[in-house]
Amino acid sequence: MADLSVNFAGIKSPNPFWLASAPPTNMGSMVERAFDAGWGGAVWKTLGEPIVNVCSRLASIDMGPQRMMGLNNIELITDRPLDVNLREIRECKRKYPKNALIISLMVESKREAWHEIAKKVEDTGADGVELNFGCPHGMSERGMGAAMGQVPDYTCMVTEWVKEATKLPVIVKLTPNVTSILPPGRAAVKGGADALSLINTINSMMGVDLETMIPHPNVNGMAAHGGYCGPAVKPIALNMVSELARDPEVNIPISGIGGISTWRDAAEFLLLGATTVQVCTAVMHYGYRIVEDMIDGLSNYLDEKGFASVGDIIGMSTRRVTDWGNLDLHYKTVARIDHSLCIQCNLCHIACEDGAHQCVPLVEINGKRWPVVDEQECVGCNLCYLVCPSPGCISMVRLDDGSQPLTWREMTSRQPETMTGD
Amino acid sequence: MSQKSPITTQEIEHNFREIAPPLTEAEAIFEANRCVYCFDAPCTRACPTHIDVPAFIKKIASGNLLGSARVIFDANPIGATCARVCPVEALCEGACVENVLMDKPIEIGRLQRYATDYVMERGRDLFKAGEPNGKSAGIIGCGPAGISCATYLARLGYDVTIYDRKPLAGGLNTYGMAEYKMTQKVSTEEAAMAEHLGVKFKLNTEIGTDISLSDLESHHDAIFLGTGLGATGRLNIPGEDLQGVYDALDFIEKIKARDWANVPIGRTVAVIGAGNTAIDAVTQARRLGAERVLMIYRRSQKEMPAYEYEYELAKKDAVEFWWQTAPVEIMAGEDGSRVAALRCVRMELGEPDSSGRRSAQAIAGSEFDIPVDMVIKALGQQKMREFFGNVAGLKLDNSGRVIVNRETMQTDNPKYFAGGDCVNGGREAVDASQAGKLAAMGIHKALTGEQVEFAGARIPLLEETQDIKSH
Ligand SMILES: Cc1cc2nc3c(=O)[nH]c(=O)nc-3n(C[C@H](O)[C@H](O)[C@H](O)COP(=O)(O)OP(=O)(O)OC[C@H]3O[C@@H](n4cnc5c(N)ncnc54)[C@H](O)[C@@H]3O)c2cc1C
Ligand SMILES: Cc1cc2nc3c(=O)[nH]c(=O)nc-3n(C[C@H](O)[C@H](O)[C@H](O)COP(=O)(O)O)c2cc1C
Ligand code: SF4
Ligand code: SF4
Ligand code: SF4
Repeated sequence: MADLSVNFAGIKSPNPFWLASAPPTNMGSMVERAFDAGWGGAVWKTLGEPIVNVCSRLASIDMGPQRMMGLNNIELITDRPLDVNLREIRECKRKYPKNALIISLMVESKREAWHEIAKKVEDTGADGVELNFGCPHGMSERGMGAAMGQVPDYTCMVTEWVKEATKLPVIVKLTPNVTSILPPGRAAVKGGADALSLINTINSMMGVDLETMIPHPNVNGMAAHGGYCGPAVKPIALNMVSELARDPEVNIPISGIGGISTWRDAAEFLLLGATTVQVCTAVMHYGYRIVEDMIDGLSNYLDEKGFASVGDIIGMSTRRVTDWGNLDLHYKTVARIDHSLCIQCNLCHIACEDGAHQCVPLVEINGKRWPVVDEQECVGCNLCYLVCPSPGCISMVRLDDGSQPLTWREMTSRQPETMTGD
Repeated sequence: MSQKSPITTQEIEHNFREIAPPLTEAEAIFEANRCVYCFDAPCTRACPTHIDVPAFIKKIASGNLLGSARVIFDANPIGATCARVCPVEALCEGACVENVLMDKPIEIGRLQRYATDYVMERGRDLFKAGEPNGKSAGIIGCGPAGISCATYLARLGYDVTIYDRKPLAGGLNTYGMAEYKMTQKVSTEEAAMAEHLGVKFKLNTEIGTDISLSDLESHHDAIFLGTGLGATGRLNIPGEDLQGVYDALDFIEKIKARDWANVPIGRTVAVIGAGNTAIDAVTQARRLGAERVLMIYRRSQKEMPAYEYEYELAKKDAVEFWWQTAPVEIMAGEDGSRVAALRCVRMELGEPDSSGRRSAQAIAGSEFDIPVDMVIKALGQQKMREFFGNVAGLKLDNSGRVIVNRETMQTDNPKYFAGGDCVNGGREAVDASQAGKLAAMGIHKALTGEQVEFAGARIPLLEETQDIKSH
């Protein structure tokens, strides 16, 4: 069995699976049950000045029968007294010395306030701190959370404050509610961060009750925007993680967060440069028990692929991500349909007809109408392949021999005049 | 002379195609994602081996088929057989919450097959034999109970030998399961999985004749009785030994070899009995090409012991049901040796007796003859009282079942443990598998004092019942 243990900025963890700072890490008894279930680490629910939450706090979006494709929350940071949390953290670390215990923090933008809380946490024996610069609702109205993460100078400044006060590894948790993730990421590095984690939740409005016309979640007739997470946000998170992992100025470990529900999701984050992953929504949906298949599935996958350690795959796919201008314009694929697997739903036809390049006509063969790809016209966009409900029926087939790659960069540097009209 | 089928071998092969074909990848993924992943799941509770059903199904959904199969075989060493033969409607699928939500349970059995096929086709070893602990166990009977007990003991490091009088391993999984549910290969491959763990198989070896019980006792530290049940009961009516009269188990065993030319089949076949074995006999007789198949039962449909869906299957096969009818004589034709007719009598049902079953009384003068050229007796198997009489101190209950401690499966002779049909009187393969697991735990406890807990040994209980916090 492959070695799943990781060293994340000096924090040792038996596996890369951590709980994100959220309700599943609200208190000691919960984190302990999570460690018993197999979670390698946990980021404690964000500590700070205890707040008062509203009652109705979550809303979600379903995809057909699948509940909670996306989850939205307007919950704030911990509502429990600081000393109670600190006592439980100390206790938990004592009972579970091998697990990674990271404490998420968010206090007002004052140097002394950050110094004080960082010292108190260091005192508990916890393994690290995570600075919550990401919460996009409520806390940001008070100048904290995303309000901090959206201004690179603040990110850098507060990171420096915390680094002054503690020797513990400092992880900066970034908000995705920015136009580019690079400036805040680089600012954290500049401030001395030991690692980054992302993403926190995305600004969202979940929908409106069409009977009452009140948006979700309804708090006595009113609603506020919330933070979006769950399976739906995974592609956004993966992009941001891979951008930071590829950035030469950011050479610190990354903890990937956002929509991770299975070992497959986790493996994708690792391949794109995350050293650990954090999970919230999937645990809120199904419980701590999901980590069992995450561990089992990832370790079977590593065995199958012949890797001895999870460290071997971290960042393996980042070199496969590049800028558009470096993609090969001569790479040529076309769709091919295997009629023996075709159920004749004609979705490929109508998708190509109305949504692509009109190259999957329906052709009469032996008295039946079959979709047939006009390979001359097909631009290889993948759409029919994506809509086809029958597995393996449509495949994308490569036609060029790969011998003459040509990128847009190369093309424009050779003959820039041909590109000016675009 | 054996009777030949009027249909071709190709037609017979077609008739015996699998009744529940494997799921395609698309079907499996769709079905796995339909499961809501219950906590404290009712399906797991309903499974006699308490397989963690939501866990194995979610592993199919996540693409971890190896892990999925491990969850299944961890709790049930004959998980591939069970995927095909379990009466799921009465067990896991009957308990599935989707019955309430969608009126359509998750197809747990077929998903279980999907995952187990994955490893069986690739010959993956899922478990390791334990460090040899110097102890030895002898297992009599290579059915599901014996294979299960042997598998778990091997995982604990025991030196295990299974003895069976039959030439192939698997017990009734190999020799008894309706051919359209499962072929012998699945069962013998499961036995091979146990063999990979180091279990030794001594087949064609009958304990009591080829090897004596006392020999066995001197060789092994513990002995497990997984002997199942004995021969089919006799009708005790004239003509029972005529040519063309078969025991249902012998008839099914011949089918299992798939040597169609040598499987006897009449044109008009009367099957006597109405249990699950009788159903297997009628449905398979039809598939072999019998033109008329009659099921003869002394009581009414209400009392028939077969499962409802097995009865439905027989109805679909156009079987004729002769309720409240009892055979009184099997009559020979002109040659004096071959069966030509079955003489029956009509029955009248009285008040329920102490067991709740209505007694059946013959109606005087109601005799009538049905022309048949084959009779299959499916009266249920007898207990092996004589064999058990040779085990010192072993106690049997009134109906001939071996008495054991329900947790450890230990008999009144502390060296002997028992489980499966010989203890429960004849239930399902999955019950025998669970009994073998409990017995392995019981043997280990008795020989080492250590209490081990295999997956699904008990219904997983919440750690503690939480009290509602009152304010
Ligand atoms: C016709 C038929 C169809 C069935 N169909 C189903 C079904 O669809 N689904 C289902 O779940 N269950 C079914 N069952 C029930 C199931 O087969 C049994 O519950 C199960 O096989 C019992 O397992 P066992 O290990 O206790 O005994 P068995 O499977 O009967 O195995 C006992 C073994 O012990 C051997 N043995 C006995 N005495 C000796 C001895 N002295 N020396 C050496 N070997 C000995 C026998 O040869 C046999 O191989 C069916 C049963 C029958 C009869
Ligand atoms: C109800 C709820 C509360 C959360 N509270 C916090 C928090 O206190 N601090 C924090 O850093 N992130 C918080 N998050 C964000 C999660 O830690 C995580 O970044 C986000 O949910 C994305 O991961 P997921 O898709 O696995 O849920 C919260 C999320 C939810 C759903
Ligand atoms: S999940 Fe629990 S706390 Fe939330 S509304 Fe339901 S019962 Fe109440
Ligand atoms: S979408 Fe797929 S299944 Fe449907 S018609 Fe096209 S090729 Fe056939
Ligand atoms: S009861 Fe049905 S839905 Fe629930 S876990 Fe079992 S198979 Fe899945």
